[in-house]
Amino acid sequence: MAVAKTQPGGRTAADPPSIELRRVRKSFGDFTAVAGVDLTVGQGEFLTLLGPSGCGKTTTLRMIGGFELPSSGEVLIEGAQMGNLPPYRRPVNTVFQNYALFPHLSVGKNVAYGLEMSGVPRGDRERRVREALDLVRLPNVENRRPSELSGGQQQRVALARALVNHPSVLLLDEPLGALDLKLRKAMQLELKHLNREVGATFVYVTHDQEEALTMSDRIAVMNEGRILQLGAPEEIYERPRSRFVADFIGQTNFIECDVLGPDGRFVACRTAGGETIRAIPAVEAPAGGTITVAVRPEKVSLDAEAPGGLSANWNRLTGTLTEVIYLGTHTQLVVALPGEGQIVVHRQNRMLGETEPSTGQQLTVAFDPASATVLAE
Amino acid sequence: MAAIAAKDEQAAPSGRKGGPLPLLALPLGWMLVFYLIPLALLLVHAFWSVDYLTIDRTFTLENIKAVFTVAPYPAVLIRTLLMAAAVTLTDIAIAFPISWWLAKKVTSHRELLLMLVVFPLWSSYLVRAFAWKTILGTNGILNSFLQTTGITSEPISAFLYSKTGMYITFCHVWLPFMILPLYTILDRLPDTLLEASGDLGGNGWKTFLRVILPLSLPGLLAGSVSVFSLTMGDYITPSLIGGSPGTELIGGIVADQFGVANNWPLGAALILPILAIVIGLLLVANRFGALGRDER
Repeated sequence: MAVAKTQPGGRTAADPPSIELRRVRKSFGDFTAVAGVDLTVGQGEFLTLLGPSGCGKTTTLRMIGGFELPSSGEVLIEGAQMGNLPPYRRPVNTVFQNYALFPHLSVGKNVAYGLEMSGVPRGDRERRVREALDLVRLPNVENRRPSELSGGQQQRVALARALVNHPSVLLLDEPLGALDLKLRKAMQLELKHLNREVGATFVYVTHDQEEALTMSDRIAVMNEGRILQLGAPEEIYERPRSRFVADFIGQTNFIECDVLGPDGRFVACRTAGGETIRAIPAVEAPAGGTITVAVRPEKVSLDAEAPGGLSANWNRLTGTLTEVIYLGTHTQLVVALPGEGQIVVHRQNRMLGETEPSTGQQLTVAFDPASATVLAE
Repeated sequence: MAAIAAKDEQAAPSGRKGGPLPLLALPLGWMLVFYLIPLALLLVHAFWSVDYLTIDRTFTLENIKAVFTVAPYPAVLIRTLLMAAAVTLTDIAIAFPISWWLAKKVTSHRELLLMLVVFPLWSSYLVRAFAWKTILGTNGILNSFLQTTGITSEPISAFLYSKTGMYITFCHVWLPFMILPLYTILDRLPDTLLEASGDLGGNGWKTFLRVILPLSLPGLLAGSVSVFSLTMGDYITPSLIGGSPGTELIGGIVADQFGVANNWPLGAALILPILAIVIGLLLVANRFGALGRDER
């Protein structure tokens, strides 16, 4: 006698993650688009796949959606193996890069499409379409054609069309790429709010680092088919582990330097100019080797302006000021270091009428060793 | 050929106002003198009658009446319509998968394959019709094949000089006219729309009905208008492949009235229903954007 198995009700701590990728690879002929990705995305999380074009982020997204099947590895959604399931059998909906609205159907019919396909009765359908359009703040456009709407409105329709099906995972493939900057910024915040409101897991693909920092709970930085670093926006920005990540997100100073040895929680090293600096060893830094230290321009101050007392143990570098560029919120100073290299300083423009140092003069800059990171090449 | 001529008329006035008139004067003049005026002269004959060897130019509706009442004209007209409809539907059924494959599945040598579709159009239509004669004949390729493979023991004579033969020939010779507009429209159909439909729960069949078919309607209509009107007006295939010396379809009968019977008024009257149907089809096709006006 077989024991009838019942589905356990309610979520427990042992609930499966929303999405799980296990050693997923994808090749197109000789070209490897995704070279082994392991990734776990939690319920309701906003995860961004960030990287340059051709890094495999879109292919990864398409494998979650079922538009591509992995060459090897496994895709699990809500703990269930996706195997060869086609997109329409997965609890996933997608917002496409160019919206992909059906031009021959009205906005209402576009949004209702998924409900119609799954056989939701007409009355329910109309109510849910209205709710979805209200959710994206686009009421009273049901009878219009997509071509009669602006790009931003079409974007909202695409969102409504996906969300109306209550997917447990929403995939977004550079959905804001075609919008102008102002609209894009507004939509970024709206997407973030939508994520909280509907509780679905969002997987977002973009090459725009600012977009990724604004919206994400976690960011996976990808290059050449691999995830180079996965973490919260602060972590990715403040503690990049590789030169690629540091360079791709924001502006960074790279200082080449010879390792002297550990110094408390830091590692000490000597620059080409013979100055000793310290940095957080995020990766192995054996004595005698050469390392790259990364520090963000806004973390560097002019020595004369460094906070007194606090800055006693800061790294100091002296060089010649070669460039002063006014950039509105801050002024960018470029200091050429003896030997090779330069260091860029972002000096906040807090007050009017501050006098900028003039180019050609010798200048000492200072930064906290805790804000400097040793990078893997 | 009326279809193609009418298409040109459609295209001509849609240009910018004022500017292109001098540029179009020559082709428009050509159309007027060598096509529209002769056509009008021809159609006027439908309301005249023939008196032994001369034309009696008093107005009469007798010819028109004859087209719809005197045997075999009504039956031939209906047979021609059915033949044109059958050929059109068959060509849609054959052309859709081919066009889909060319537009969406082929990854290499697409130009070459498209060339193969267009290639038959480079040879004379007469040659292609004759080729079918050698294929379909009693000692033709088809019958020898069927006999050597043992599918039939006797040659089947029904292939040639029959409606079946005409149907097969028409379906083949007009096929490129269906494939080309369909391919063009399917090629322009964004793949993301198909993915979006799949993403929203539409399996292959639902996606075809709800997305692919409605969006390829202009191409389907353009191809159908061509295939339908080419079949309606043709008299070469009926005379080469058809039975009872080419009079099974209306085209052959019209040709006979002008060439053999020397009854121009009746011939002209027989053209009227064909012309009316083709013009009607063009208006419908134009309504759905099949003649090049962008619907979006």
